[in-house]
Amino acid sequence: MKILIIGGGMGGTILANNLARRLTPELRSGKVKITMLTASEKHMYQPGLLYLAFGRVTPDELYKDQASLLEPGITLVVDPVEEFMLDDNRVKTKSGKTFDYDVLAIATGSRPVPELIPGLAEHSHTFYTEETALKMFHALRAFEGGRVVIAMGVPHKCPMAPLEITFMLHDYFKDRGMSDKVQLHYTYPIGRVHSLENVAKWAAPEFDRLGITYETLFNLKEVDGAAKVIRGEEGGETPYDLLISIPAHRGMEVIEKNKLGAGGWIPTNRQQLNMEGRSNVFILGDTTNIPISKAGSTAHFQADTLGENIAALYKLGAPVRDYDGKVFCFIEAGKDRATYAMFDYLNPPDPKPPTKAVHWFKMAYNKLYWISARGLL
Amino acid sequence: MAEKKVIDARGSFCPGPLMELIGWIKLADIGDELELLSSDKGSAEDVPEWVKKVGHEYLGSREEAGVWHIMVKKTK
Repeated sequence: MKILIIGGGMGGTILANNLARRLTPELRSGKVKITMLTASEKHMYQPGLLYLAFGRVTPDELYKDQASLLEPGITLVVDPVEEFMLDDNRVKTKSGKTFDYDVLAIATGSRPVPELIPGLAEHSHTFYTEETALKMFHALRAFEGGRVVIAMGVPHKCPMAPLEITFMLHDYFKDRGMSDKVQLHYTYPIGRVHSLENVAKWAAPEFDRLGITYETLFNLKEVDGAAKVIRGEEGGETPYDLLISIPAHRGMEVIEKNKLGAGGWIPTNRQQLNMEGRSNVFILGDTTNIPISKAGSTAHFQADTLGENIAALYKLGAPVRDYDGKVFCFIEAGKDRATYAMFDYLNPPDPKPPTKAVHWFKMAYNKLYWISARGLL
Repeated sequence: MAEKKVIDARGSFCPGPLMELIGWIKLADIGDELELLSSDKGSAEDVPEWVKKVGHEYLGSREEAGVWHIMVKKTK
């Protein structure tokens, strides 16, 4: 059996390692082959970018060699896919090579697209890439006070990021003795401060307690950099001195170019994670069109499910479990307190009051991630 | 040519049905009709409120076996 995994992010890496452990004898005997095609020889811990924006980690801490994360027996090829020929069970890479498969897993992820909102890329700071997070770090250091507005596009990767950046900005300016010079103003696309009702019920009083103002039903339409104003699709506008954005995301361009799914999101069965209409093509992580959080934990839990199911396909001839929609998100509530939200398709989260213990567990997880990517945690 | 699209947001706590609609309506063409499926009864109120506020056309909704079907036309 030839298993081909497209994408070396969290989902693809955990899946490859999970499969390699379950199929070690078969890999050694050559009955099974696992190949990963990826765009970079480096693997980035993306959640670390939030801390980079505050100078709490440095860029080198966010990367490891992709090859160092993979189990022996997995073939790693740094050569991104450009063409999917699903009817022929084959893909073609940038270098012109073709790879055929019996089972394909697509985990190409998503990308921020600030350019979809006029003025956003030029006039806002964000932390979704190393380059922009570093730029934001320097902008925060240089900021002398005024109105800081947090605004976002839809959909966006990491649903907790809007809250986390806001609480962390509050503590950042407080520690610099600038609380009386800075007004934080939070905007959100729907009629409460977070999509998860119980998280919103916790966060709104926290904003009130900290003096953070907010407005809801605000979807970014444009940024007027000259007037220093953002305008919403709902007709409202709000001024800013410093604009922090969580840009809208799209799936990767290669997905759209190959017409696998509008917006780069591939239609995916929400339990079995197969591409709609294809029994040997599986989708995981941000790449799916499943209406759940685009978050690392989603990719992780889906990779666990697929690892078990693809191994079972080989050994038993059928999958053995469903993905239940499980998501786990830490929520940084400032510089040294955190809580979390865990939920699935049937059960909403019930976040507890933030504690220092959960924050320190998150700090530990930032290091443990590399064990997680290897499929050991 | 205008299309009719179904957005299945049943069982979505996060991002939730309204946020799903907001994301997908950006990908639709003007004139397209979108049918949002939601298992959250709150969608029957917050989706029409947002649609009217932004200026799209709310075409109505119905409930079948605990699922709300909310019809929206992209107009701008």
